[in-house]
Amino acid sequence: MNSNGVSLWPELWQALGETLQMAIAALAIGGLAGLLVGIALYVTRAGNILANRPVFLVLNVLVNIIRPIPFIIFITAVRPLTQALTGASYGVEAAIPALAIMATFATSRIVEQNLVALDPGVIEAARAMGAGPMRIIATVIVPETLGPLILGFTFLFVGIVDMTAVAGAIGAGGLGDFAIVYGYQRFNDVVTWTAVAVIVVMVQLAQFLGNYLARRVMRR
Amino acid sequence: MTAMVSLRDVSKVFDGASGPVRAVDGVTLDIERGDVFGVIGYSGAGKSTLVRLINALETPTSGQVVVDGTELTGLKERGLRPARAGIGFIFQQFNLLKSRTVAANVAYPLKVAKWPKAKREERVRELLEFVGLSDKAKQYPDQLSGGQKQRVGIARALATSPALLLADEATSALDPETTKDVLDLLRRVNRELGVTIVVITHEMSVVSYLCHKVAVMEHGKVVEQGDVYRVFAEPEQPVTRRFIGAALHDRPRPDVVARLRERHAGRIVTIAIRESEATADIIVTERLRAHGIDGHVVFGGITEVNSRPLGSLTFALGGPDAAIDAFLADLRAHTEVVEHTPDGDDAGPATKEVGA
Repeated sequence: MNSNGVSLWPELWQALGETLQMAIAALAIGGLAGLLVGIALYVTRAGNILANRPVFLVLNVLVNIIRPIPFIIFITAVRPLTQALTGASYGVEAAIPALAIMATFATSRIVEQNLVALDPGVIEAARAMGAGPMRIIATVIVPETLGPLILGFTFLFVGIVDMTAVAGAIGAGGLGDFAIVYGYQRFNDVVTWTAVAVIVVMVQLAQFLGNYLARRVMRR
Repeated sequence: MTAMVSLRDVSKVFDGASGPVRAVDGVTLDIERGDVFGVIGYSGAGKSTLVRLINALETPTSGQVVVDGTELTGLKERGLRPARAGIGFIFQQFNLLKSRTVAANVAYPLKVAKWPKAKREERVRELLEFVGLSDKAKQYPDQLSGGQKQRVGIARALATSPALLLADEATSALDPETTKDVLDLLRRVNRELGVTIVVITHEMSVVSYLCHKVAVMEHGKVVEQGDVYRVFAEPEQPVTRRFIGAALHDRPRPDVVARLRERHAGRIVTIAIRESEATADIIVTERLRAHGIDGHVVFGGITEVNSRPLGSLTFALGGPDAAIDAFLADLRAHTEVVEHTPDGDDAGPATKEVGA
């Protein structure tokens, strides 16, 4: 795989590193924040342990507004915020805040959906034993839904890899950028398909890992 | 000594889709220490809400709830937690934590109550031995049968040595054999540990097997309550009669009466068998002979309520009408007698109540 007689493998590995850097940072920050927002959405629902209509409504509307924004538009829209946070306006660092914010809102919905599937009976049982809301969140809600949550995070990781490719298009580097600059713009399909293959392998590995962890947690 | 549970004019109103719903409506009752108290009602009668008012999972819209001398009404959520922790609760669907082992499930309320680890482990061993699941300590709920899950539920509910145990349809998800095992275990809990138990159920068999007292609920109200045998032997409310009929199948339905009449000549009467007339069946046999009439059993059922017989037998009687009339009058002095009058009486049901 080369371009004008120059091997592109070093560039590919660097792009892979950038993609992993962005994806892992976004998954870590967005995953954690999304977990918290998702739990908040769940427990503040009517009838639940911290039922609070105003908080629920604000979070719900916020998630509904941000999540559907196409990421390529979102990343340009938050550029001023990015610059204030990281001091950079392009490159890997500049992409991370936008990725993390979008990941947060995407995660929160996935988390909420998994929590809603939890049998409310176990929460009632914990309440009947005198447990308070924070204890119930930490010892019932999260552990009881951990398997599906891990699968949710795996799904999310794939989505984030997709977003990093979009970020690449506006100068964040990574595999998306690599495929566009060396493949698409130079009519070199081999390069494009190589980048695709690398992404497919990466996503597969993540999926295997997620499935394995979820299976262990659910003891199936 | 004060009652373990005392409800005074307690109501709970929920906001339903079509206006407010009075799930519990002006209920007043006392549950004495050491009792096994049944609350029976069809689904939607408000019994699950009632039991959740007793352990403060729900707060009443009005009225007063006092449990073990503590007035729960008016307490804030934070103040209710220790009260809840002091009341055991077992559920129809067991509600065990799937991510934890049997031992960890039983230990959960002890963790909430901040017991030190060593004491916790000892207590869990003790409890699992009591419910006969010592060998399952390290298993997960998914690996257990329904009956075993409910045993874990009971062990968990007893962990902090509560004086009161609430059982919400605790056997409704179990098969009859397992139901009996669980009811026997609850009986041991009451007799050996002295725990007061409130049993919520829609099955009369559960009440008649386990309970001393019963309250019958309908439309959020307690329509009848008292000693189990008395309530079931002398039901005052139609809903109570329905429960008894559904459980005993001792009284023929009109279509059964019609078939009986096809099969048997003579008059068809149903005679109640009760403990107060412990030898009622013998009396019937004696009286038949005394009045010189024929009678044979064509339908019926007798069960035990609180270890005392209850039910009814339906006879086809043959002989002179006057003798039969005399026989029935004789019996009525002892027990309730219903004569199923012949078909052709279009004015009403073919079954006429002839006073007890």
